[in-house]
Formats: sequence, structure tokens, C-alpha cells
Amino acid sequence: MTADHHHPAELAPIEARVAAIESVLVEKGILDIDTLDVIVQNFEDNLGPMNGAKVVARAWTDPAYKERLLSDATAAIKEFGFEGPEGEFMVVVENTPDVHNLVVCTLCSCYPWPTLGLPPKWYKAPAYRSRAVREPRKLLAEMGTVIPADVEIRVWDSSAEARYLVLPMRPEATADMSEEQLAAIVTRDSMIGVQRL
Amino acid sequence: MTGAPLSDASLPRDNGELVFEAPWQARALAIAVALTEKLGLPWDAFRLRLMDEIAKDPQRPYYESWGAALESMVVDLDLTSPAALDAAAPTERAPL
Repeated sequence: MTADHHHPAELAPIEARVAAIESVLVEKGILDIDTLDVIVQNFEDNLGPMNGAKVVARAWTDPAYKERLLSDATAAIKEFGFEGPEGEFMVVVENTPDVHNLVVCTLCSCYPWPTLGLPPKWYKAPAYRSRAVREPRKLLAEMGTVIPADVEIRVWDSSAEARYLVLPMRPEATADMSEEQLAAIVTRDSMIGVQRL
Repeated sequence: MTGAPLSDASLPRDNGELVFEAPWQARALAIAVALTEKLGLPWDAFRLRLMDEIAKDPQRPYYESWGAALESMVVDLDLTSPAALDAAAPTERAPL
């Protein structure tokens, strides 16, 4: 073991830059390390598609809740305590036998953090952001989701003014399942609209 | 209490997929969230910059655009200057 084994390896330029921004803000007393840790921890532990899945499962089992969700999604989602950055101006779009909804953010990476966590890498990629609008049916097929030709695909461009969450159709043969069991079968991708359950 | 360094195992996973590819990405995200909250700014104060940085260089890795947006925000808010960031020695800072 060498004396300097604790010294970090040389940082990549962007890594060093972010470290510099952090340290300057901390030294000035604008931010503190603990606050940053709490935010990261919150993303790890509390934010993710398991939250959106609970919302979907309730909408499947409670018609009054579903009505609230479709008319004021932000408020209905807040009933679970899911709120915070990127959680405002939520709009839930419902899949039906005739309509399949797909969510994208063409300009950056708007995504409902409280209900889905952080977006997957492909959601932020230029290819997804442009093709979801231009050729959604083809893109979905390439992602393994074939939408029947007679089903309309509606593409929703998330922004600061509206962040979309797809309410997937409840799969058949789930009549006996509890709300909790239903939540377990709802996937992240189904709530973005790149998958059908 | 100082922040414990994040180990790879602690990186958030989403449907089995890593949300962050490296701990500095998590820090970059947390700084943007914490700063807008602390200063009472709308999230758009950061998001519009991120949009601009992505548009400027669409093929650049996402979190590098994020870092550039963060730098432009802190510099424009007069919280620091590019020269001060150049002078900051990251190895003396909290571990990333």
C-alpha cells in the first residue's frame, strides 16, 4: 500500500469541472455537502417508476381516482405524496384499444421525476428525441413494441409546461389481482409508452 | 459530517439500468436541484440552459451538456467565474 493510495485518479475534465463548481458553491456557503447527499439519496431510494406504478394501479382499481388523475394529474399524484422538482404540471394520457400514447422530450429531457425517477439513457438520446415524433410506429417496433395498424399513436412532447405520464391499459386476466399486485406489473417503459403491458 | 463517496453499487438503477454512469453525474444533478431550490428559482432557470447546451452540441454526452449548463448558470448568477473554477483544485474538495 503506498502512502498516496487515497489520492483520486486524475479526473476527466467534466468531472473536475463539476467538482470545482461544487467546491466553490460549498465554500461560499451557498450549498452544503449534506444537502447534495440528501438529494442524491432521495433519487436512489424514493424516486422511481415504483411510484408511477402505484398511481397506475390505483387508477385501474378506483374509477373515482382515475377520473381525478385524468382531470388534474398533479393533484391526484400528490395524494400519494409524490411531488417535487419536475413533478409539476403533470398530464396523464390514457391508452385505449384505439389510442396508444408515447412520451418524448424533443428539446432536452423533461421527465416526471417524482413518478418515474430519472430518465433512461435512450430517452435523452438524439435518436429517440427526433424519431419518436417523425416515425413513432417504426421506432416502437424497433424497441420491440408493435402497435397494430388500426391503433392511433399519439406523441406527447414533454416540456416545463406539461410532463406526460402514460396510463397503460390494464392487461387482461388481472381481475383477481390486488392493487399492490397490479403495481408490481407496471413497468417504467409502459408509462413512457414504449411498451404495452 | 462530510459526504461519503458514492460507490458504484450505490448508483441508482432503474429497471436494472444505471441512472448515472458515474458519481459526478449524480453530483451535477444534485447541484442543479439544490441551487435552484436554494435561490428560489424555477426549474426552468436551469432547464432552458440545458436545452441550449444540448442544441449547441446534440451528440455531446448528456451529463456533459448538463455540466456546461450548470457552469453557465453559476457564472451568469455571479456566484463564481470561469477563472475561479479553473483555479479550484478538485482533489482538495469533497470526494465525488
